[in-house]
Amino acid sequence: MATIELDRVSKTYPPDVRAVHEASLSFRDGEFVVLVGPSGCGKSTLLRMIAGLETITGGRVSIGGRVVNDVPPKDRDVAMVFQNYALYPHMTVRRNMAFGLLRRRLHGGLRGLLFHGTARRRELADIDRRVLDTARILGIEPLLDRLPRALSGGQRQRVALGRALVREPQVFLFDEPLSNLDARLRIEMRAEIREMHRRTRATMVYVTHDQEEAMTLADRMVVMRGGIVQQVGTPEECYARPANRFVAGFVGTPVMNFVEGTAESGEFRGQGLALALPPGHWNERPSGPCVLGIRPDRVRVLPGSAEAPPGAWRATIRAVERLGDRTDVVLDAGQSRLVARVENDPRLVEDAEAWALPDLQALHAFRPGDDGTRID
Amino acid sequence: MRRGSASILTYALLVAGTAVFLYPLWWMVMVSLKTPEAAQAATVEGGFAAAWVADPQWSNYPDALGEMGSGAKGRGFVDALANSIVITVLTTLGTVLSSSLVGLAFARIRFRGSRGMFLVMLGTMMLPAQVTMIPLFILFRGLGWVDTFLPLVVPAFFGNAFFIFMYRQFIAQVPEALLEAARLDGQGWLGMWWHVILPLTKPVTAITAVFTFIGTWNDFLAPLIYLQGDDQATLSIALNSFRNQYGGITKVHLLMAASLTTMVPCILLFLAAQRQFIEGLGKGAVKG
Repeated sequence: MATIELDRVSKTYPPDVRAVHEASLSFRDGEFVVLVGPSGCGKSTLLRMIAGLETITGGRVSIGGRVVNDVPPKDRDVAMVFQNYALYPHMTVRRNMAFGLLRRRLHGGLRGLLFHGTARRRELADIDRRVLDTARILGIEPLLDRLPRALSGGQRQRVALGRALVREPQVFLFDEPLSNLDARLRIEMRAEIREMHRRTRATMVYVTHDQEEAMTLADRMVVMRGGIVQQVGTPEECYARPANRFVAGFVGTPVMNFVEGTAESGEFRGQGLALALPPGHWNERPSGPCVLGIRPDRVRVLPGSAEAPPGAWRATIRAVERLGDRTDVVLDAGQSRLVARVENDPRLVEDAEAWALPDLQALHAFRPGDDGTRID
Repeated sequence: MRRGSASILTYALLVAGTAVFLYPLWWMVMVSLKTPEAAQAATVEGGFAAAWVADPQWSNYPDALGEMGSGAKGRGFVDALANSIVITVLTTLGTVLSSSLVGLAFARIRFRGSRGMFLVMLGTMMLPAQVTMIPLFILFRGLGWVDTFLPLVVPAFFGNAFFIFMYRQFIAQVPEALLEAARLDGQGWLGMWWHVILPLTKPVTAITAVFTFIGTWNDFLAPLIYLQGDDQATLSIALNSFRNQYGGITKVHLLMAASLTTMVPCILLFLAAQRQFIEGLGKGAVKG
């Protein structure tokens, strides 16, 4: 078990491409941390620097209190699960899982040749038992003597998990392990990984571009963009109090609605919409140019025939997406396009007039710009 | 309909081509089974007379092996066979091990000058062997290696440009994550080479091994240059003992019998490796 400390860690590719810029993070022992962000945000690079597969061009990485910048991957006591499984195609499942242990416990090269007799046999028996135990836990025992090519995608990923698990490392690293699986299997494996974490209590770092996956798995999540850490926090924190407009837009589906405009003495106007900023909601009420954000499930939609509630916006329904238990409504209000997630209502149909009513207590405000910081 | 006639034509062409390629072999088999007079006649007259034998002389084969080489009767063949096996096996082993190792380095290790070195290595393929023959001889004489197997075997352990190129291309296709997984599993470059790369490049290894084996087994020039003692002769040198001092061939039936015998290992090896070749072609084509 181990903590992981990243101290101003940077990765620059020649000539001058910044993949990760001064990331300072600290993962607690036994924590499940998810690095999340759009592709190219540097999350995989960061993970690979922890693994030792990528050299570190700036800063310090420590695992369990030991600086590992110059420690080769094999001596960092980490195991990694790859997106495309990376099982050795010529080895059976059993051998795939045992491979790392064999090398570690029986020694390679000359020492391996000299390591003979009872001790060796005992080690082999022990490795065999651990492989079997792990296979049993993951339900892949019947597959042990198959080659990877004879397995389905889900089975392969299970074996890849087993290969990491059997080594009992201090740290597990996952690089988009579920991206190659179909949606149903993904949810199943998500639970499996969560369960694996509960059982081992090992520190786990998990990379994904899927914010939903991040939210469901993470103890804490690290939202990244363009090589820079945007926010670190529990999924609830990132959802409820996004640090900036980027995080607000990235976390949560459907995406948060944004309206750009200007606030002046408690009145907000922008993109053809106006609303009164509720007092007491902010430490310092927004003033001047800003961006308001509101989550789709905090927008109510009333049919146009209803009486206009106070503070409602006149809107036209552009699209209605029925999800079964709820409905997503796409609206044009003023010069804004808004999405609202509402109760099913047969009166909400395309091209109909409607009223959109934002919940003023659920407003977020950000400074102007694509990644304007949160106004508290 | 079109397909049917096209495939008939294809097969006809293939059969004709096969016949052309097989005829010399057939001719050798037939002549090797003739009486001395009939064999001599066949070589002089040629034509259809050579293409059939009514009363096969199977005793030609033991006779041929007995007369091979210049040692005591029967010893020549056994010595030459042993020499050929030692040289060929070592050369094949050396070529496979060194070429795959260097191929891995060129494909996967980023180091200063790797591109330049790769180009220089490719450049050596353009040099005809005749150009380096004399400098090499002088080099090996200087090392005191003439009259030993060393000049024939040691260079193989330093790689072969063509096979290195082939390994490099193949190894470049191996997914990066596989090597990274091996690194996390505690393997260094040598471990990755042995446990991951070699098993995955079996088709290349099959091609390298078969070509090297056949090339070395049949090589005449290098043993002729570097080996002078009679007891060092390889099979291809020993075959030469059927020529008389003027370069003529008096016992053509025995020469054919001995030649066919020396060919056997190559043919067997090719048949054995055929599956690997075809698997290799298929494997390269489909990702998975």
